[in-house]
Amino acid sequence: MGEEHNLVMILARGMASAIATPWFLVDPDGTLVYYNEAAEAILGQTYAEAGALKPEEWGTMFRPEDLDTGKSVAPSDLPLAKALQDRVPAHGRLRITGLDEERRDIAVTAFPLFARTDEFVGAVAIFWEENGKG
Amino acid sequence: MRARVWGCRGSLASPGPETIRYGGNTSCVEVRLDDGSLIILDAGTGIRPLGLTLRDELPRTIHLFLTHLHLDHLEGLGFFGPLWSPEVDLHIWGPPSPTRSLERRIARYFSPPLFPVHLLDIPSHPKFHDVPEDAWSIGGARIHARPVSHRGPAVGYRIRDNSKTLAYIPDHEPALGVDLREVEPEWISGHAVAHDADVLLHDAQYTEEEYVERIGWGHSSVSHVVTFANVVEANQLVMFHHDPLHTDDQLEDLLEEAKALWKGDGVGPVLAREGMELDLG
Repeated sequence: MGEEHNLVMILARGMASAIATPWFLVDPDGTLVYYNEAAEAILGQTYAEAGALKPEEWGTMFRPEDLDTGKSVAPSDLPLAKALQDRVPAHGRLRITGLDEERRDIAVTAFPLFARTDEFVGAVAIFWEENGKG
Repeated sequence: MRARVWGCRGSLASPGPETIRYGGNTSCVEVRLDDGSLIILDAGTGIRPLGLTLRDELPRTIHLFLTHLHLDHLEGLGFFGPLWSPEVDLHIWGPPSPTRSLERRIARYFSPPLFPVHLLDIPSHPKFHDVPEDAWSIGGARIHARPVSHRGPAVGYRIRDNSKTLAYIPDHEPALGVDLREVEPEWISGHAVAHDADVLLHDAQYTEEEYVERIGWGHSSVSHVVTFANVVEANQLVMFHHDPLHTDDQLEDLLEEAKALWKGDGVGPVLAREGMELDLG
């Protein structure tokens, strides 16, 4: 039988492709397997250009800082990492530097995805720019 | 492996002069494996006449695969003769749910006021199985079941017997939020079930115009099912789950559209009809 992502991930990607809110989708290993057009505007690069990214890549490449303290945020402290590791929702306010070198202030909410009874299949992070834009 | 269609109508049984060529019974397909094992796909009203043919040579073991529990896939079960025979070992397989067991969900139908007899009082005492994540064997065949895009828990089945593959996804909306022509195959619901199938029985309920009014209802338009079949490289597409409002003539118009859209090799699209026999060799 051929390879196929879990249906919940397929539907999450379908929703991501239709929604105006910036949207990250990672698999259970933390690999960034999709982000939508709205996220491309914040991250400064299209998904087609960036491709699938490992956690150690997406956790550092945007150089996240805590918006309140200005300190760097460790990859493991990012909301999406918490959703992956602890499998609970997480929220944070960050300053990131996009791949286009633009700095942006964003709020991030991440949550884990479970299929069927308790099968962990990945996680989603959604972003808002702090000026109120999605 | 051989298959026989006993019901291919979607949503609601629709007997009458305008549906007589393709039939009005809801989903049911009999599959005979090369070793003689009997698998039945869904328990729509087509399972009633199938049960009648089993009276003289009642199988000791029957495996019933339910894709989901919408009534058009379940409503025939109470009228399936072998259900009432204590000597039959009936195994009912279906999609897991986060909230209730398969048995408890089916018991909602097998209880008053919807049905006069409680599930617990059925003589064959069927055994219920959530379909496993991994492949399993029945007779000489390997079976895969995977969740597919439809409303509520639903799965498609892939049956591989002696190097031949039958895929069954009667209710499926793989194009929901996805452009099937552009997205990578692993991001298409049902791809793993249907990939390289010799025969694919697949939802083809709507015209393009109807689909626009029914996005998210869990079914496919003709262009979607043809694109899906081409992407998964199915050899033969059997258009299934006919809309209850579509007449035989309208179905044949849809078939012509499907043939015009078909871009793959192989046999191409045909319409499922009651009594259709598929010999996979």
